[in-house]
Amino acid sequence: MAPVSVRGLDGGAVLVTGICGRLGKRLARALHRQCRVIGLDRRPFHDRPADIEHHQVDLRSVRAREVFGDGVSAVVHLGVDHDPHADSAEHHTSNVTGVQKLFEHVEHFGIKKVVMLSSANVYGPRPDNPQFLNEDAPLLGAGPFSQIRDLVELDMGSQAYFWRLPEVATVILRPAHILGTVRNAPSNYLRLAVVPTLLGFDPMIQAVHQDDVVRAIMLALAPSARGVYNVAGPAPVPLSRVLELLERATVAVPHTVARLGVERLFRLRVTSFPAPELDFIRYVCMIDDARARRDLGYAPAHGLVSTLCAVDEERWLG
Amino acid sequence: MAQKTALARFTEVAYGRGLPMLRRVLDGAQRAADEVSERLLGPDFEQRFRVLADRYERLGGDPFGFNPEAVRSAALASAFFHRAYFRTDVYDVDRVPEGRVMLVANHSGQIPIDAAIIGCALFFDANPPRITRAMVDKWTATLPFVSKFFSRMGQVVGLPENARRLLNMEELLLVFPEGMRGVSKPFEERYQLQEFGRGFMRLALETKTPIVPVGVIGAEEQYLSLGRASWAARAFGLPVFPLIPQMLLPGGQLPLPTKYRLFFGEPLYFEGDPDDANGVADKVYLVREAVAHILRRGLAQRRSIFL
Repeated sequence: MAPVSVRGLDGGAVLVTGICGRLGKRLARALHRQCRVIGLDRRPFHDRPADIEHHQVDLRSVRAREVFGDGVSAVVHLGVDHDPHADSAEHHTSNVTGVQKLFEHVEHFGIKKVVMLSSANVYGPRPDNPQFLNEDAPLLGAGPFSQIRDLVELDMGSQAYFWRLPEVATVILRPAHILGTVRNAPSNYLRLAVVPTLLGFDPMIQAVHQDDVVRAIMLALAPSARGVYNVAGPAPVPLSRVLELLERATVAVPHTVARLGVERLFRLRVTSFPAPELDFIRYVCMIDDARARRDLGYAPAHGLVSTLCAVDEERWLG
Repeated sequence: MAQKTALARFTEVAYGRGLPMLRRVLDGAQRAADEVSERLLGPDFEQRFRVLADRYERLGGDPFGFNPEAVRSAALASAFFHRAYFRTDVYDVDRVPEGRVMLVANHSGQIPIDAAIIGCALFFDANPPRITRAMVDKWTATLPFVSKFFSRMGQVVGLPENARRLLNMEELLLVFPEGMRGVSKPFEERYQLQEFGRGFMRLALETKTPIVPVGVIGAEEQYLSLGRASWAARAFGLPVFPLIPQMLLPGGQLPLPTKYRLFFGEPLYFEGDPDDANGVADKVYLVREAVAHILRRGLAQRRSIFL
């Protein structure tokens, strides 16, 4: 895979919020040989390369403001709280005000570049979805699945800054299901010992390798990039084919049973999958990334097998 | 001792004579089954199948989930209905041009068997064979098994975005502009074309797709529907609930074995502004008239519903 070279930073630093997540760490490692990287996260950054500065503070705090003033020329926002079991009101407040603070600081310090990581989940899996959604499709994901309203609001809130701060080249990335060592729902789902599927449903699935998302973020740091971009990986395949390639044991459950069961289990905190998440293995939620391919020069470097097998990779990277 | 000899003799007879006889019977049954399937599928089935499989291999798989292997598994049942049950006569299927094309047909028969038979005609009778991509109602996407089956067989949810993408892939699209209104017509309204939707014409103009009008005769008599019960449709959450008395009879769930006749018209080429509402309406009228004309001619020729 050819490394992406980041352009247009003029020696400035890249500030990465949520750097201590698995994706954040991968991005930091891809970036830190090319430019200064500053981390901002409430969590500590353990195995941190020496040349990465890390500030263990909350994005909304006064101290975070000083970090933005430290020669930063681009901000990558990965710091979305998405623990499904945590108090949703508190989450919501921290996510939404986090975005607002971020853009306040960006405006104050004259930073010219912001990359927001959203997700294709904001469109939501629906029976009447076109097979491939483009960036203009409505964000209907939060209708049946209230837990992702934070993400939808983050996405919409950031869109407002296209006109509120026209001098800032804001990019919103909406990747398909990110697979890899990351701890997100699709990767966790594929890591289950026995993978439940819905009886009689076998939707087409689109996934993207975590490192392809990192590459897309680096391409989005180019000064000319601006706007909303879907980011997809290799060509879609049916869910059954995904599980076949990963050689997973599966059990098919009728939808009504699965829905009731997952609801119970979620309330008992046995599972981290909220029941509406079942729609992702029931209906299509796929994206058309032609715009990212054309404007950003993005193309996934990982094929289907390597994208899927990334979920089984060792956790050595942390 | 005597017992032992009797057992030994029985074993001997069983192995020596009984088993070969059983094997002959089974082999015979196997051969008969092979012969039937050979006759139903036609001698060139494998070649036809290869043509399709190669096409989608070249495309790197179908983004809508069509799987040529699924066609193989459904082929025998489809061929039975196409060749034996409905004894379809296919006229002028060679009029369908290569590349992107839209078939516009009358819709009828309570359940969309007409779409399946058109698909059979394009696969078994057309040269080269093609896969028919029909636009199905989004409601079917919520049904277990049905949604999966449709997707594997190349059917897609009827949205303009999907149709556009398929036409840009140079696929063959089957459109029923009558939609639900057509398929659930009561028996007394048979062969009366309902209002045509206009979306198909906008798409055809936008993507410069030729339109082939198709008349399906025979489907309208397969179920005798007395009407629609809107309260039942609401109660069961169905888009429509036809009243079909034959369903209550044993075996009446199967459609009546009417004879199907498919007439393919000359391809129509349209040009114009897809956003010009009046222009689009006029062109839709022309297509509707073409289908109606085919139906009138086909019905005039027909001597019997079943033969």
